[in-house]
Amino acid sequence: MHEMSLCEGLLQVLETEAQKQGFQRVKQIWLEVGELAGVEIDALRFSFDVVIRGSLAEQARLNIERPPGKAWCMHCSTTVTVRQRFDACPDCGSYQLQVTSGDQMKIKELEVE
Amino acid sequence: MMCTVCGCGEGETRIEGHEHEHGHAHSHDHDHDHSHEHLDYGQGPARAHAPGMSQARMVQIEQDILGKNDEYADANRRRFAERGMLVLNMVSSPGSGKTTLLTATLDALKNEIPLSVIEGDQQTLNDAERIRATGVPALQINTGKGCHLDAHQVGHALDHLAPVERSILFIENVGNLVCPAAFDLGEAHKIAILSVTEGEDKPIKYPDMFAAADLMLLSKIDLLPHLDFDLDRCIDYARRVNSGIQVLAVSARSGEGMENWLQWLRLEHQSRLLGHASSTTRDTPRQEIA
Repeated sequence: MHEMSLCEGLLQVLETEAQKQGFQRVKQIWLEVGELAGVEIDALRFSFDVVIRGSLAEQARLNIERPPGKAWCMHCSTTVTVRQRFDACPDCGSYQLQVTSGDQMKIKELEVE
Repeated sequence: MMCTVCGCGEGETRIEGHEHEHGHAHSHDHDHDHSHEHLDYGQGPARAHAPGMSQARMVQIEQDILGKNDEYADANRRRFAERGMLVLNMVSSPGSGKTTLLTATLDALKNEIPLSVIEGDQQTLNDAERIRATGVPALQINTGKGCHLDAHQVGHALDHLAPVERSILFIENVGNLVCPAAFDLGEAHKIAILSVTEGEDKPIKYPDMFAAADLMLLSKIDLLPHLDFDLDRCIDYARRVNSGIQVLAVSARSGEGMENWLQWLRLEHQSRLLGHASSTTRDTPRQEIA
């Protein structure tokens, strides 16, 4: 349910950037939403369509990259890929993992005019 | 390939659900393809646009989606530090006994440390009224349809509540183990409360919250003799998600474990006072670092 708030946050960033960087319209948005970010992509797209109505990003195209979760395995001393936060290390089976990336929610780039 | 989940059937089901989500998201993407509105620009990088055809340009921004919330959270955090306050963000499912545990905690500490509470619920003033009955100042935030508190709301609540210096502020978040995980309020710690009447696998069902929390409070442990709840297993699940999470087991009703929890609060509170301007001795005046 917080996907709606994420989209409101996104729109706030766009409005701030529009003032700072002097653009009137946002035509495309590139987001990076890690697989461990706890975000439902369907819900995000649905909320996006609702939130951007009547805004500078009306009809903007939303591109979402999904970088995989990465964690540092303390036993193997190496970085491994995980699908969930509670995954074991795929090599040694240990749960001594520290998630290092894949939980980010970032706006990477915009196409504006 | 080895099993990458805990071994229980439920874990398997979740992975399938997860993958389903992905397939779904992609097809959804196509359904909502707005390419007809972007025919002039195509799918390629917009940097290739011929000058004069359009004023479209690319802007790199590299910002967190919740950047605005994080700015408010930083402002709150600065305010807390200046005032030497310990601020705790209490998160749980609805019905975990959060308010009961909180009122017992307030009763035990209110004559020792200045306390205040921000209550987050979708509706009603009931919880703030329960807190105020202990004599501790409380302010209710009703989020309406919102499923979590955000740092901006908390900033406004601070203006009204005006918590005193060197106090502990408890923020009781909306009962929800999902959304509040993503929203920094400026707190020192998130504390996840899990009652033993819930499933012991909650830490892996809602891993984001348990990953974000520094302390897990297992509540209602007076009921353990009547339940099949496996305490060790629950703690093991929590550590899979967050190897550094601290765990305390408490019962507000029987008082079991409460002394450990109160001691944890006292120690955290003490550590906030270290380096707080007005706690330094008078003969070594020092400029406060803003």
